[in-house]
Amino acid sequence: MSVPAPLYLSLSAVLFTLGTVGVLVRRSALIVFMSVELMLNAVNLSLVTFARLRGGVDGQVVVFFVLVVAAAEVVIGLAIIVNIFRTRDTVDVDDVDLLRG
Amino acid sequence: MAWRDLGAASPELVLTVAAFVVLLYDAWMTGPSLESPRSGGAGWLALAGVALALLLNAFPPTAPVAFAGMYVRDRLTQAVTLAALLGTGITVLLSPAYLNRFRLPAGEYYALVLFSAVGAILMGAARNLVVLFLGLEILSFPLYTLAALATRSRRSQEAGLKYLLLGAFGTAFFVYGVALVYGAAGTLDLSRLAGVPLTPLLGVGVALLTIGLGFEAALVPFHAWAPDVYEGAPLPATAFMSVIAKVGAFAGFLRVFPLALPAAAAQWSAALVAVAVVTMIWGNLAALFQTNLKRLLAYSSIAHAGYMLIGIAAPGPAGTLGVLYYLVVYAVMNLGAFGVLILLERRGEEADEIADLAGLWGRAPWAAGVLALCMVSLAGLPPTGGFIAKLYLFRAALQGGHTTLALVAVLTSVVSVYYYLRVAAAALSGTAPDAVAPRRSATVGIALALAGAGVLWFGILPSTLTAFVQQAVQALR
Repeated sequence: MSVPAPLYLSLSAVLFTLGTVGVLVRRSALIVFMSVELMLNAVNLSLVTFARLRGGVDGQVVVFFVLVVAAAEVVIGLAIIVNIFRTRDTVDVDDVDLLRG
Repeated sequence: MAWRDLGAASPELVLTVAAFVVLLYDAWMTGPSLESPRSGGAGWLALAGVALALLLNAFPPTAPVAFAGMYVRDRLTQAVTLAALLGTGITVLLSPAYLNRFRLPAGEYYALVLFSAVGAILMGAARNLVVLFLGLEILSFPLYTLAALATRSRRSQEAGLKYLLLGAFGTAFFVYGVALVYGAAGTLDLSRLAGVPLTPLLGVGVALLTIGLGFEAALVPFHAWAPDVYEGAPLPATAFMSVIAKVGAFAGFLRVFPLALPAAAAQWSAALVAVAVVTMIWGNLAALFQTNLKRLLAYSSIAHAGYMLIGIAAPGPAGTLGVLYYLVVYAVMNLGAFGVLILLERRGEEADEIADLAGLWGRAPWAAGVLALCMVSLAGLPPTGGFIAKLYLFRAALQGGHTTLALVAVLTSVVSVYYYLRVAAAALSGTAPDAVAPRRSATVGIALALAGAGVLWFGILPSTLTAFVQQAVQALR
């Protein structure tokens, strides 16, 4: 209990922002993916902190759902990335540019 | 208690079981030869599941609130379910011809379509932010996979990757919104949010929820993925995602804004009005310059998301009614437009340029007729369902005192007439290019007939659907 809750929440916000920046500036699909995971785990930290502040377990239960969803996301993501890598030997988002925009 | 809960969620359960049956059937028929069966068995099984779910949806459960207050099957859920199931049913009918032609795995395809529909329906039934979040994920994960289903097509791979990365990005915002709303309100129960005082923390949380839903609905400025994904994904998958993602996202919007936060309407209404205005203007202007039909329909779907947001931004029963009516009509007319494209083939590939439609009237008059009808409806002209749907939304905007919103909506609709009728004119005139061949398919024919009949029916005799939707809105007051 030595670390006050606002610090946890600030850390969570900083991690979330780092993840957002990572998604926006990094070009490798794998790193972008890791950044999204960082965002989700920043949210988990917030949820646990709020759950302790509120003295309820709802927030901690949500964390399990978020973890499961993140795992499922990784499965689909890696399947798609591996499939792309098979045909063109790159996972750079800039090289995946057949579609305009 | 448990059995009654399961009874309330029966349409979702039926669809889930149908999806598993489809997968097992496909595996059984594939057998050791590892060659996908070419018969349409999986499609018929999926269609049977959708029909049974539609039937169950017609009977409201005795106790609408189930699963410890996390799930509710009220009239609004029924209306959302109707839109989702109509979209799913027509998609299942549209798909077999395309799947056979391009040798896509039918079992996985239909199972993913059904799973995605379950997600959209669950979003309409959410009474808790966790259920809303799960619905959003169950809706989007199959869509990512569907976009990347043509594993040998580079465009399809690319569509899947883009959709996944941006979808996951949007999801992260949504979950952060859930966390902040929980922190501000101390509850995840949507029905208990109404009494919570509007603190900055709650405001930020709700804004993040809006961003997450905005990604799903492809609202400007969260729309960047839509044109690329729509263009790259296999045609029936594009058709399906254009409808089901909207149904789910707007069901989520309805559950969060008018229903859970009516007290703070003044605050979020202004923000949503701004998003709606930008979305309508950008979607319609960008659509003007497209030559690829899939991209044109992508921008058109962005514009329609803007129109539907009017119903959320103008709170009250009129707005909710407008959104529900629009969702049903949109599902039918958009699938009708995509269905005609599925019939065309250009040298073993999709024929998705506007020029490919030339002379369709001489070769397949019925298909050209349905396409023209759906375009007229998308443009919002009488005597079609699109006209009535827009009328309800614009009226809701005026009743809510949002004159600017209504004005922008009418002006952008006028602009949209140009590009929709350009497509219709291309199909009804000119000489057919040699490279493009219209295919015949009985199931696509049935789907197009259904879509055309639906568009006309909702336009000429709107009272049946209006009565159904009105019950949904009245039950909420």
